[in-house]
Amino acid sequence: MAYALQQLINGLTLGAMYGLIAIGYTMVYGIIGMINFAHGDIFMVSAFIAVTAFTILAAADVTSIPLALTFVLIVSIFFTSAYGWAVERTAYRPLRGSTRLAPLISAIGVSIFLQNSVQLTQGARVKPIPPVLEGGIVLWDAPGFTVQIGWSQMLIIVTTVILMSAFTWMITQTPFGRQQRACEQDRTMASLLGVNVDRTISYTFMLGAALAAVAGVMVTVYYGVVDFFIGFLAGIKAFTAAVLGGIGSLPGAMLGGLLIGLIESFWAAYLWAEYKDVATFGILCLVLMLRPSGLLGRPEVEKV
Amino acid sequence: MSAVVFARHAMTPAERLRDAGWVAFVGLILGIPLVGLTTVDVGGRLGVETRFGLLAAAVAAVFAGRLLLRWAIDQARNRKQDRDRASTATAADRAHGAQRVVNVLGWVALGASIALPIVFSDNRYVVDTATTVLIYVMLGWGLNVVVGLAGLLDLGYVAFYAVGAYSYALLSTQFGWSFWEALPVSGAMAATFGILLGYPILRLRGDYLAIVTLGFGEIVRIILVNWTEFSNGPNGISSIPRPSFFGLDFSRSAPEGGQTFAGFFGLEFSPMHRLIFLYYLILVLALLTHAFVSRLRKLPVGRAWEALREDEIACQAMGMNTTNIKLSAFAIGAMLGGFAGVFFAARQGFISPESFTFTESAIILAIVVLGGMGSQMGVVLAATLLVLIPEFGRNFAEYRMLLFGLAMVLIMVWRPGGLLSHREPTVRLNALGKASATKEAA
Repeated sequence: MAYALQQLINGLTLGAMYGLIAIGYTMVYGIIGMINFAHGDIFMVSAFIAVTAFTILAAADVTSIPLALTFVLIVSIFFTSAYGWAVERTAYRPLRGSTRLAPLISAIGVSIFLQNSVQLTQGARVKPIPPVLEGGIVLWDAPGFTVQIGWSQMLIIVTTVILMSAFTWMITQTPFGRQQRACEQDRTMASLLGVNVDRTISYTFMLGAALAAVAGVMVTVYYGVVDFFIGFLAGIKAFTAAVLGGIGSLPGAMLGGLLIGLIESFWAAYLWAEYKDVATFGILCLVLMLRPSGLLGRPEVEKV
Repeated sequence: MSAVVFARHAMTPAERLRDAGWVAFVGLILGIPLVGLTTVDVGGRLGVETRFGLLAAAVAAVFAGRLLLRWAIDQARNRKQDRDRASTATAADRAHGAQRVVNVLGWVALGASIALPIVFSDNRYVVDTATTVLIYVMLGWGLNVVVGLAGLLDLGYVAFYAVGAYSYALLSTQFGWSFWEALPVSGAMAATFGILLGYPILRLRGDYLAIVTLGFGEIVRIILVNWTEFSNGPNGISSIPRPSFFGLDFSRSAPEGGQTFAGFFGLEFSPMHRLIFLYYLILVLALLTHAFVSRLRKLPVGRAWEALREDEIACQAMGMNTTNIKLSAFAIGAMLGGFAGVFFAARQGFISPESFTFTESAIILAIVVLGGMGSQMGVVLAATLLVLIPEFGRNFAEYRMLLFGLAMVLIMVWRPGGLLSHREPTVRLNALGKASATKEAA
């Protein structure tokens, strides 16, 4: 029981991170109907930026944790959004209106490019940073097993909840959100009504990248190690989360992320840890086969 | 509304400078965290190292590159306009002319590939590299059926390659099957996997299909790594028997009751015999693949693939069974990948899950995409380039994947159809098209 509770906490933490990345997939899919295969690698880049920023702070003898976290978040969000913007501008925008597969292949190219440029410029070895947030609260001191929620886990869950609320507010209440939803429904009509479609799409990519940057910082804080390959699996899992929740739906992405996180930690704890990635891929295949519109998505009608 | 907005007029020098300056500024922002700063291990802890000199060089390179690119684009556009005005040839004529050049190139390449081991009969390195090129050509042709002809993006093609390789490895080491006995069985095995995987997922739309195939490829690899009793896990399977020449071994001394190749023909033993034999073996396999695929393209099923690639909804409206058509493309592609896998296992004599990663899938896909989806000659060109480029300079090798990625993006942006793309249907209805189609087939 205590063990299960601990897995629940771990799963929620993991799921919150997947959810943050999944929002990037789901927004981009909603607005231009493409799978941004490079999103996982954008997340990886942000984690590297976070490592560098933490190392700079350590060298500058900054000991205040809230200050350090704020600084790293701002730096990481800034540079990662720049990456999101640049990727959209160079690799996807020229292909708008092309066949469906062209942007996807281009995205795979970007993904390979980012992975290898990070490997070349930052090295192929894992980067460990000293623990930023240690310790936590003991929730339940059961006999033989202590259930504990770490400060970093709490940070991740709280940040995700705040960001999700802010995001929902932005999409539903602000002028930008309205333009974004308009582009999602009908780009031609939106541009006729004076919405700058290209700019809205650019902002969407930057926002997605910013959320991935938050996830990247959180991963760095939580695991303390980063390597150039983390983007691939995290990207696939977040995409699975987006599909599971219903691609194009923001609450769906969050729900999907939580479910994937929970499934993964319980699978690893009770079944076979070495096959935990197979579980994710299996779920992805099952969802796509049985309910392609996901849990909260609306079915897509293909128009001629 | 969302069309690409390129400057319609040639840019003035001032505009070009401003444009290049802006691009260089973006490059600077992007470069700071990755190029300008890096973390290095200093006595067990990370320390920051700055590389602003490198960053400045990179930004300067971006500036100059953008300036040149803009200039080149303008020049190319002007020249194209002049040419269009001057020549009366239609686009169809030009495409036809290009096709003829490609055909001639094909014969030259065939002649060269047959002559290669004769010319380089004592150069182990050349024959080995050429064999690798041919493996990729064969894989590319197999994947071309799925991606280029049927328009299904398969990101897990390496799974079928792995199925073929492991089938042969297990059949030969566990049950003592020979190469020739195992080849068709392994191909059938890969095709069965293709059908089993394809059946449930082929109703999915293009990009979902891509992700599911990617997942399948990873599942196969994870199972190969973890199911140790079956596949010997990460250690792989070693001492896989090599193929023999109609029962003649390529070893130095004959096995019991057998004869060696060298002994039978009265030649002096040389390890090159086996390499050259393997080279010709893969050449024959690849040519058979080519003949098979070109014939299929003329059959109703081949035409159905191309129709499906162009417009799935129209195909459904015409009463075509899209699932079966996709399934046939998937199964045939998988089978060809399986054959290539058998050859790979037989040539290496050792296989492990390391050889079947997503990177490998991406390389095969890059070959198909760069070559021009659907173009057989393009695959040959791209496979040769992609294998040879890293061979030319060992320092270059670590940039190989970086360049792959870059090339995939650039080629998609510049020519979404690939280097030698012609999305012309293989078969035409009018008389001229028919004549040219039969000529191409010859």
